Amino acid sequence: MPEMTLVDAVRLALDEELERDPNVFVVGEDVGKRGGVFRATVGLIDKYGAERVIDSPLSEASIVGVGIGAAIYGMRPVCEIQFSDFIYPAFNQIINQAAKMCYRSGGEWTVPMVIRAPYGGGIGGGLYHSQSVEAFFTNTPGLKVVVPSNPYDAKGLLKSAVRDPNPVLFFEPKKGYRLIKGEVPEGEYTVPIGQAKVSREGADLSVFAYGMMHYYCLEAAGTLAGEGINVEVVDLRTLYPVDRQTILASVRKTGKALVVYEANLTGGYGAEIAASIAEGAFTDLDAPVRRLAGPDVPAMPYSHPLQDWFMLNPEKIAAAMRDLAAY
Amino acid sequence: MDLSKETLLEMYWTLLLARRTDERAWALHRQGKIAFHISGIGQEAAQVGAAYAIKRGYDWVAPYYRDLAMMMALGLTPYEFMLGLMGKKGEPSSGARQMPSHFSLKRANVVSLSSPVASHNLHAAGIALGIKMRGEDRIVITSIGEGSTAQGEWYEAVNWAAIHCLPIIFIVQNNSYAISEPIQKQMAVPSSADKACGLGLPGVTVDGTDMLKVYEVVQTAVSRARSGEGPTLIEARAYRLTPHSSDDDDRSYRSREEVDEHKKDDPLLVTQRTLQAQKYLTKAKIDELESKAIAAVDQALADAAAAPYPEPADAAFPVYAEEVQHA
Amino acid sequence: MPTKVIMPQLGESIVEGTVVKWLKGPGEKIANLESLLEVETDKVVSEIPSPAEGVLLAALIPEGTTVKVGTVIGWIGRPGEKIPESDKPAAAAQPEKAMFVPTETGATGPVEAHELGFISPVVAKIAREKKVDLQRVKGTGQGGRITKKDVLAFLEAGPQAGAAIWETPADGDLFRPTELVFAKDDAAKAQGGQAPAMIPGNHFVPHTTIRKQIAERMVFSKTTAPHVTTVMEADLSRVAAHREASKAAFARDGANLTYTAYLVAATVTALKAYPMVNSSWEETGLRIHPAISIGMATSLGEEGLIVPVIKNADGLSLLGIARAVNDLAERARSHRLQADEVKDGTFTITNHGVTGSLFATPIINQPQCAILGVGLIQKRVVVINDAIAIRPMVYLSLTFDHRILDGASADRFLSKVVDCLENWA
Repeated sequence: MPEMTLVDAVRLALDEELERDPNVFVVGEDVGKRGGVFRATVGLIDKYGAERVIDSPLSEASIVGVGIGAAIYGMRPVCEIQFSDFIYPAFNQIINQAAKMCYRSGGEWTVPMVIRAPYGGGIGGGLYHSQSVEAFFTNTPGLKVVVPSNPYDAKGLLKSAVRDPNPVLFFEPKKGYRLIKGEVPEGEYTVPIGQAKVSREGADLSVFAYGMMHYYCLEAAGTLAGEGINVEVVDLRTLYPVDRQTILASVRKTGKALVVYEANLTGGYGAEIAASIAEGAFTDLDAPVRRLAGPDVPAMPYSHPLQDWFMLNPEKIAAAMRDLAAY
Repeated sequence: MDLSKETLLEMYWTLLLARRTDERAWALHRQGKIAFHISGIGQEAAQVGAAYAIKRGYDWVAPYYRDLAMMMALGLTPYEFMLGLMGKKGEPSSGARQMPSHFSLKRANVVSLSSPVASHNLHAAGIALGIKMRGEDRIVITSIGEGSTAQGEWYEAVNWAAIHCLPIIFIVQNNSYAISEPIQKQMAVPSSADKACGLGLPGVTVDGTDMLKVYEVVQTAVSRARSGEGPTLIEARAYRLTPHSSDDDDRSYRSREEVDEHKKDDPLLVTQRTLQAQKYLTKAKIDELESKAIAAVDQALADAAAAPYPEPADAAFPVYAEEVQHA
Repeated sequence: MPTKVIMPQLGESIVEGTVVKWLKGPGEKIANLESLLEVETDKVVSEIPSPAEGVLLAALIPEGTTVKVGTVIGWIGRPGEKIPESDKPAAAAQPEKAMFVPTETGATGPVEAHELGFISPVVAKIAREKKVDLQRVKGTGQGGRITKKDVLAFLEAGPQAGAAIWETPADGDLFRPTELVFAKDDAAKAQGGQAPAMIPGNHFVPHTTIRKQIAERMVFSKTTAPHVTTVMEADLSRVAAHREASKAAFARDGANLTYTAYLVAATVTALKAYPMVNSSWEETGLRIHPAISIGMATSLGEEGLIVPVIKNADGLSLLGIARAVNDLAERARSHRLQADEVKDGTFTITNHGVTGSLFATPIINQPQCAILGVGLIQKRVVVINDAIAIRPMVYLSLTFDHRILDGASADRFLSKVVDCLENWA
């Protein structure tokens, strides 16, 4: 099996889906000749033409809004928002339009589209190239929110997202684009949306994470194994709709839960996971459900030490795991 | 002019029926029988003229909330509209989920509308993009009030259409007020059609109380669009003869004298006079159609009042395309 | 490695501090910088933040005990962590003072019914389902908490774990400090209360730190500076009118506009006009202070009084002064002043009128030059342009150091204060 980076897996999925279905097209800023600022669409324009790999004007609302119209018409747009930090101009289109179209038309109109957006910090991106924006979307029924943490899932989930009859937000951990490598089998496969995965089994505590933080959690869990603490790591993969079954099963087994996310702590997505655990597994808990997340400052600062202060890393995660294990 | 006497009388009938239906909605609101109504009175000539210039049921339409007469030209019945007013089961726009006049009619290729203005213009551009990508000869028509041309999403939609030479017509129904704000407070140009010159497409201003002139202008735009020459921006000038909505009191921002002055240009009367001058319409015919319209509205109201409400549990679906029962 | 908690030096001249209250109990979790204990020094009661994150391993100094700055008063560390031997208080030397020292096992001994601590939902569930007597389960979690693992291990261990209580060997230590056997509160009760105010009808009330400090300072001031008091009265009509008109606006800005704010503002104006009053007498000369910082005597009731300082008051607007007055008074009463907030005043105002006093002869707050006493504001009959009028009047008493000021210069200063108040714009 060939090993590839996460961004290569994204490109491969796009390539295969463009090949498979003539209704699929890619639209976004600089996705054409430039191949996207992260090179996720590189080469696609040469293969499929400027009609299906569309360089959009610099307006996020139009990337999504035009995508919605095309999807209503039966196309399968894959919209790229260059950085998730720039998704807000498209907020009305995503929240008020894409998410509600099926419901508000009694199912007459549906919006089969994907909105890809690189997210997360640790790349010297400062306030506006580092944000984790998932929580703004995970309380919006009608959307599906997916965050892959490795190349295999990135390809399999993106292919599922393209084929999904609903609007799917696909947040890609940009720090992991080239850092995270893994084996990706050749040929057709998909990873279903809506299923979390136990990525490492353990008995002492459960850790729930997604995207870049999941990658770090696996590393921290490896460190703790050397200390005799067996951490179970669950990769949430789909944030909405959430796979509560897998989450609760893990907590019932270990009795302890740590939720790790890179976004700001308060009101973050992990709060929902913590609440679900408190509701669904209270009598199985042996410790308070804990959250480890970014601090409650507006966004990640640029300067290296300031960024490090904000950003979680395997050491900080290992410390939180140790602390909970000792409870 | 390629319109036959039959077609012209049909257009007049549509205009008349829309007017009487609209007026009845105001009465129902004042009787406390419905929660909300938003009116198109004063703009019907522009709407019917535009609708008859396209291939109804073949071309696509993204209307706005004052487009009752356009919707009736596209096949919406007074009964269906009344179902919407009362929030009754089977209402075709949204299954009674949306407020009245948030039109959608799949059988006529009318795409669902939301309340934040100008959101739908982007969808229209997206549909036009889909049409163009598939190489079809359909066109899209999308309408909006002049106040909403201040929205970024409207510019973005027009910009997209101009860049990609999309088969689409943007109709601005300038009814002189954005709720309470006169045109001078909304734009620094005399007509929103002037905005076209900055975006690279033709802009045309037409008397919106003159059904036939609107028909002509839109027809020209339609043939341009269909032949691949790209989009057109049309402003149809009219006057909103009613308050903004059932919740508004327009006496606080405009005089009765001003409204009375514009009632002389009531498009219903203007159309009557035109057709009388052409000898297509006699006094007797006018009276006959009038009683027919009242009877049709009475019947629609009686039927809608007798219709059942949706089941409360219907509110739970369909959030996702998978839940659409008839799909 | 556990972290020491030491008695901090709360201010430059402070040499000792009293542990007023431990805010965390032994074994309790504490975050870095979270308040750990209250310490009283000089005239300040201050909350001391924890120097580290962890649990309170030991609180070495009992409440009410005064120790030198730098003394180790406690330890913070990981649960069960041992503290260095040399820093444990010698049990023989002062056993009555040791509040809590962890035993070798890190948990309380196998007494018949010990405190179980927090029982988590899953432990409770297993105990109920498997009929486990949790008293017999040894806890290994934080603070000796019984974890899920503990109760599962107990179940797995089988019959011997369920042995009769008399078969559980004791640790052989028959005579242990009672604090280790009984809960902390019981121990405190057994020792008898030490709070002075709690002794009804007693003929002897021990001095509090604050009282001792006040006494020392007063005697020092009286014997250092020759005190002279001059009294004037001020018509506060304009101030009252301004206050009425501005109260609501100030309230919107979060400030309660008091008369004190006006008095501070007027005093600042007068001090700017007469900088000699903003000074300190020194051996070889007079030190005139460039900044004007106004001390504001604040009563703490029976406890005594404290003088928080509005620093650089000459740079503040009336709103700024009002906010500072509110903030300092509020925090003074709730013992939340920082040590340096009662330092470096250059002039003091005491508002004795709040307790009904018309005028007084306050004692100078050394090493300042003067102190302004403010009496009760009351409506009095006054003669204005040969007509009788009723006006809100106040007596202002200025006690000054006669080494620095003569009567005339003191009066000029006080006149300026009066003038400022009477012509408030």
